[in-house]
Amino acid sequence: MTLTRMQPTRSIDARGMACPGPLLTLIGAIRQGQVGDVIEVLSSDAGSRTDIPAWVAKAKQELVGVVEEEGYARFMVRKTK
Amino acid sequence: MDGDSTLSLVLFSGTDDKLNAAAILSVGAAAMGRPVHLFLQYWALDAFRTDRIARYHGSAPEAGPAGDALLRGSLEGPKHWSALLRQAKDVGDVRIHACALSMELFGITQADLDPLVDDVEGVAAFMGDAADGPITFI
Repeated sequence: MTLTRMQPTRSIDARGMACPGPLLTLIGAIRQGQVGDVIEVLSSDAGSRTDIPAWVAKAKQELVGVVEEEGYARFMVRKTK
Repeated sequence: MDGDSTLSLVLFSGTDDKLNAAAILSVGAAAMGRPVHLFLQYWALDAFRTDRIARYHGSAPEAGPAGDALLRGSLEGPKHWSALLRQAKDVGDVRIHACALSMELFGITQADLDPLVDDVEGVAAFMGDAADGPITFI
């Protein structure tokens, strides 16, 4: 399945939210979710492009992919633990 | 995310730009699993007084009038440093300590401070919190 057609467990539209809001929203969703859930976050904040991958690596979650859209990016993160 | 080094910041300046910068560093460190200790002295402590926390505290001299106007417009709601510090506490391990000596200087008690402040500490206790790691003065 390609990333663009992948269905997330939960999708969060954090566009317009200032740094580090989208990251904090993702962290909250991962904490609330079940192992195996895929959380999608839409963010127009430039900081998210570095912060979300950095947090995912540090927290040992899985960055399924990042898709650049017009004026924002879609991050797909799987809860691994 | 264990074994992470502590971020220890001494907040001295009470202007909103420096408090905002410190709050952003705190929320980032907390999100990355690092324990955070903030030690409030002088004008930063004054800015945490319940009756003053929401008011405008000005900007550092280098901001100039244009920078000051820019800052003034960037502090609404969730962008205010007090809101960022609440988020930092939600996401991680963040402790905010009031300097005992500055409290004495101003003649205030913890009851005069915003609930963001966890306790009143002397400088030696803060050194203990910093756990031999670096301390940054803002």
